[in-house]
Amino acid sequence: MSKELIRLKDVTMTFDDVTVLKDINIYFNDKEFLTLLGPSGCGKTTMLRIIGGFQTPTTGDVFFDGERINDVPPYRRQVNTVFQKYALFPHLNVYENVAFGLRIPRETTYENGKTEKVKLSRDEIDSRVREMLEVVSLKGFERRSIASLSGGQQQRVAIARALVNRPKVLLLDEPLGALDMRLRKDMQQELKRIQQQMGITFINVTHDQEEALAMSDTVVVMNEGVIQQIGTPEDIYNEPKNAFVADFIGESNIVDGIMRADRVVEIFNRRFACLDGGFEKDEPVDVVIRPEDVDIVSEAEGQLRGTVTSVTFKGVHYDTIVDFYGFKWLIQTTDYCPVGSRIGIRIDPDGFHVMKKSKYSGLYGDYSSYSEEYDEINDPTLLDVEEEGAGDEE
Amino acid sequence: MRNKRAWFAFPYVIWMALFVVIPILIMLVYSLTAEVETASGTAFEGSVENFTGMTLYMNVFGRSFWLALVATVICLLIGYPVAYLMSREGPGFQRVAMALIMLPMWMNFLLRTYSWMAILENNGLLNQLFQKLGVISLYNRLTGSDIDHFQMIRTSGAVVLGMVYNYLPFMILPIYTVLTKLDHRLTEAAEDLGANAAAVFRRVTLPLSVSGIISGVTMVFVPSVSTFAISRLLGGGTQMMLGDLIENQFLGGAYNPHLGAAISMVMMVIVVICMLVMNHFGDGEEEAVML
Repeated sequence: MSKELIRLKDVTMTFDDVTVLKDINIYFNDKEFLTLLGPSGCGKTTMLRIIGGFQTPTTGDVFFDGERINDVPPYRRQVNTVFQKYALFPHLNVYENVAFGLRIPRETTYENGKTEKVKLSRDEIDSRVREMLEVVSLKGFERRSIASLSGGQQQRVAIARALVNRPKVLLLDEPLGALDMRLRKDMQQELKRIQQQMGITFINVTHDQEEALAMSDTVVVMNEGVIQQIGTPEDIYNEPKNAFVADFIGESNIVDGIMRADRVVEIFNRRFACLDGGFEKDEPVDVVIRPEDVDIVSEAEGQLRGTVTSVTFKGVHYDTIVDFYGFKWLIQTTDYCPVGSRIGIRIDPDGFHVMKKSKYSGLYGDYSSYSEEYDEINDPTLLDVEEEGAGDEE
Repeated sequence: MRNKRAWFAFPYVIWMALFVVIPILIMLVYSLTAEVETASGTAFEGSVENFTGMTLYMNVFGRSFWLALVATVICLLIGYPVAYLMSREGPGFQRVAMALIMLPMWMNFLLRTYSWMAILENNGLLNQLFQKLGVISLYNRLTGSDIDHFQMIRTSGAVVLGMVYNYLPFMILPIYTVLTKLDHRLTEAAEDLGANAAAVFRRVTLPLSVSGIISGVTMVFVPSVSTFAISRLLGGGTQMMLGDLIENQFLGGAYNPHLGAAISMVMMVIVVICMLVMNHFGDGEEEAVML
């Protein structure tokens, strides 16, 4: 098992009476790729800034390697940051940007207790900068000015500039946010590769759930300053803890249900076999059914029967919206069902995921307003607005 | 024409041509000629004597550039910290500080300089204050001298003081503008990379505010070098500067516009060279003001 490196204990952060983080308790392991995932305003960037040392928590403690570091300034922490939009130094070229941290004399404490400022030699700086530029595939760009680089190249400089200092933890604040779709996919792989090559902890902040699932060993889902769930990408996707997580990670149909017994859930007044247990008898629950876990069959064979209200071709599959007793579901299927047709569906027991009721029950997972939501999901510029709007309502 | 709206600049081009380019050409003609008597009256005749004869005034050149340099350096040393602190304060503080800096500029330049005369004179406000406080008798006792006032007016120090007082806002404003535009995340990034406050300033803030410094230095140095009112009023004729010298050739007793024009041309060339050198240090930062 890898060992614990950073711990936040009872951390609360308040700005002008607005609580951004509430009683956060979390630890980060060494050599782990961890992602803080949540809508904007959920407190994920604040958490990153607390670890980086740019903000001191209002209450609570931050530990690094067992040592309390609340009052340690950023320049004394073994943590480096890749900033949102990179914050590269415009007056320095690529080489000097990467060499920046190495050119600053470091305080070193010897065994006899003496401290001294140590400067790296020119040769050492040179070899470390060149080595790092190679890691991020920017060999030959040494003399280029920052302004002449593309977004993806600037991103690589920012990563090299942080990693060249050999931090124990690399913090990444929405590192891929400014890149286009294609480049983002490439950089996801690239970041993962670099993390494995360097063998250090990466803490990544994003609002892109796909990115979080693709890159991370551990995902931390946050909302309204509270950690909603911590787990592997598989856990988070397959076993979401509440309606918020289920809705935020992937597509979900979330319906009200009642646990009639262990492994028996009732929705729409019909009982279904499921794999979940441990609830009280007749406990009201939220039931998640992922769109890809639904089989479309003929109306006669179906466990539930509904009417198709919209079909969108998505390449691999069709996004089919089906009206069941006034509640609209999203079903992803390779079968084409024309609008207006009556269909039946079947769901295997492992297609149901039962969750306890939470404050998010009833807020998510209904596709009645599907077309609007669809547009918002596919328009990155709308994303932030939508999320902030959703936050205001609550 | 590449830019279809280029003709928007025509009024300015005409203005420049009428009031800048043509006068400079006239000055050039004057500087390279001398007036001679002919049968039909006076005429211009080509001559370089204006330039060769200028060596007489080397000390005035030296004093002008030296005092302007001293004033510029003092403005920079005072102005940069003010601009730096202002840029880091809240918007309310910034507005008040800006108003205070601009306040003296709402008053007439000559009036402000006359006020300094009243303050610095031998029986002026400052000397009276020193007398009341016993500073002068203390000074006499300590040094064994016997003075009844400090000589402040009619010294080079008074001239430098006048320059600093009048031109300081021109140093603060461009530096302040550059510093407020400085991306806060850059200083955070530097801190993140191991730089303490001093290193952040030296390696990031200062290099990124060079363009503001160049603008400020230009805007203080150029008017300082050519001032004549300040040196006349506060230097009291003992601190003749290029401005006084030139004025004297056009309006004063030494009436010789040809020499005046030649001195102006030389001064202009030296100033331009100074600015080119300065801009070179700025590494072509686009925000630097050239003249």
